[in-house]
Amino acid sequence: MTTETIQLLTPEGERVDHPEYPLGDDVDIKGMYRDMVLVRRIDTEAVALQRQGELGLWAPLLGQEAAQIGSGRALSAKDMAFPSYREHGVAWCRGVDPVKVIELFRGVNQGAWDPEEHKFHLYTIVIGDQTLHATGYAMGIQRDGAEDEAVITYFGDGATSQGDVSEAFAWASVFNAPVVFFCQNNQFAISAPSDRQSRNPLYRRSSGFGFPGVRVDGNDVLACYAVTRQALRNAREGQGPTLIEAFTYRMGAHTTTDDPTRYRLASELEAWRLRDPIERVRSYLARNGLADSTFFAQVQTEADELAAKLRAACLALPDPPPLALFDHVYAGENAILDAERAQYAAYLEGFAEAAR
Amino acid sequence: MTRLTLSRALNEGLRRSLETDPKVMIMGEDVGRLGGVFRVTDGLQKDFGEHRVVDTPLAESAIVGTAIGLALRGYRPVCEIQFDGFVFPATDQIVSQLAKMRYRSQGNVALPIVIRIPFGGGIGAVEHHSESPEVFFAHTAGLRVVACADPAEAFSMIQLAIASDDPVIFFEPKRRYWDRAEVDTAAPLTDALPLTAARTVLPGDDVTLLCYGPMVRSCLEAAIAAREDGRSIEVIDLRSLSPIDMATIGASVARTSRCVVVHEAPVYAGLGAEIAARVTEQCFYHLEAPVLRVGGFAIPYPAARAEDHYLPDLDRILDAVDRTFAF
Repeated sequence: MTTETIQLLTPEGERVDHPEYPLGDDVDIKGMYRDMVLVRRIDTEAVALQRQGELGLWAPLLGQEAAQIGSGRALSAKDMAFPSYREHGVAWCRGVDPVKVIELFRGVNQGAWDPEEHKFHLYTIVIGDQTLHATGYAMGIQRDGAEDEAVITYFGDGATSQGDVSEAFAWASVFNAPVVFFCQNNQFAISAPSDRQSRNPLYRRSSGFGFPGVRVDGNDVLACYAVTRQALRNAREGQGPTLIEAFTYRMGAHTTTDDPTRYRLASELEAWRLRDPIERVRSYLARNGLADSTFFAQVQTEADELAAKLRAACLALPDPPPLALFDHVYAGENAILDAERAQYAAYLEGFAEAAR
Repeated sequence: MTRLTLSRALNEGLRRSLETDPKVMIMGEDVGRLGGVFRVTDGLQKDFGEHRVVDTPLAESAIVGTAIGLALRGYRPVCEIQFDGFVFPATDQIVSQLAKMRYRSQGNVALPIVIRIPFGGGIGAVEHHSESPEVFFAHTAGLRVVACADPAEAFSMIQLAIASDDPVIFFEPKRRYWDRAEVDTAAPLTDALPLTAARTVLPGDDVTLLCYGPMVRSCLEAAIAAREDGRSIEVIDLRSLSPIDMATIGASVARTSRCVVVHEAPVYAGLGAEIAARVTEQCFYHLEAPVLRVGGFAIPYPAARAEDHYLPDLDRILDAVDRTFAF
């Protein structure tokens, strides 16, 4: 970690202070630990479900728990989040049932939660598109005069090369929109290392657009929390956007179809394992007598129960009925689509009659 | 009744929508202080403020992308894409996000966004200012695609598009912006023809001419000229390009037994192909001739001094009409 990186908890579990980001005493570090353990367990179970053929795909968050739980817990109930497709930890913080996330990757729907209910938009797979949606939503907050609301959007190091992300930076800046750009630099865009996306550190990207950027230790849940909380506050107070680069590491594959051994060394992964986002919190809690072995065991039991429930719910998910294909394409009438629905229904009915 | 240009009629329609619904807003390049390069939004920023009529940075993808965010927040953005050929930077946001959001959210999310696009040629413009990209959007499920043809239609259709809870790609016939006609600006919107319906502009008995946007006037002129040859041409303005109003089209062709589709866009894989296939299925036993198509060639839009050869005109339309009688 360079000196320009904000850190409040070292990989060894030592608390360090930073003058610009005081943590305060009311931070629920045990709650953060619990969240991180639970989402990692969800992630592990989802990978297993995919390996067993129950999910079409899964995008693992392994290694990025601190970035997601730290930033996710910094959001107020009214703040709106626009994720990419790996933000299972943020989804958890926004109260989205993990089964809903599983439904998407199983392929029974394409996003089943109500974004407004959870203040958590649907996953966005086309890289960087959601940064513009977040900026537009923030422009709406300005028009509503809602001074207690802000927006956060998540994207990766690869996304910073997308035109839409640069456009979002430009718009957020000139309109002074209350939006936080949270970049999880997990070092890889599938196989391309982050130095293929940028010669400069990514957090400096914002300076050319006229707003501040900060790099935070993305494996430090306390730093991610404190820095995001401050950026959201600034946004709500009319100080405009902030870019946060959470410097982290994708410890798993890009998705379950990926083989990371083709593009990175095992030694690199081992080095990052020593900076594990969960272990350092566990060390801190244990060493300072803030949690005992009973607490850690309880959290692990809770995680295993959650995983078992998730697996059972996944296996029980019904396939969508065929005629539901035609639902929700339009709000209003569409005679062409109605005719196709009717024709396909009659076609299916033909099989049913033949079977009688 | 007021005599208005098509550009002014759109302006009046936009004004009406801004007055009716405080969530309606206009955004695009040069739409505010300048009033738009075709003056369609002239004076609206002055009357409704910079928060509702927004001069945006120059980035089409962001115009649509941020409009999506605003719509998620409850606004009804009307985006202007300055010229047809400039819509492609926004295609990802339109096709991958705008069109699909309702479907993938199982109806949880509505995106009532209108994207206005001046389209078509005939104005002697440089490259990328004369194109007809409607079929890209008609091919994309989740979008409504419409084209207005005259001032009265422009006035009502823009208001209907804004009131629609679906995203609407709204094509404006650039070379007809300065056409003038009587518009009843006092007529209630409830009296207007629905956005999904085609409209018989001129009744006739011998052949059905299907057209939209700038080609409506061209087809009307062709139909009037054809009277001298004793031919009675029915002209139908499609208005809605997705979905197409096959009920109106089918009823007409069943009666006339002949059909010609006219558009500026290239014939190859164009809307005419879709219409021809559907008319053939629906009116097979009524047809006296195959459905013919008149449109742009399978080439990029040509240089301005050659565009008269590319664009369907009265003679090319009547040539196709003649050919339907030769079968």
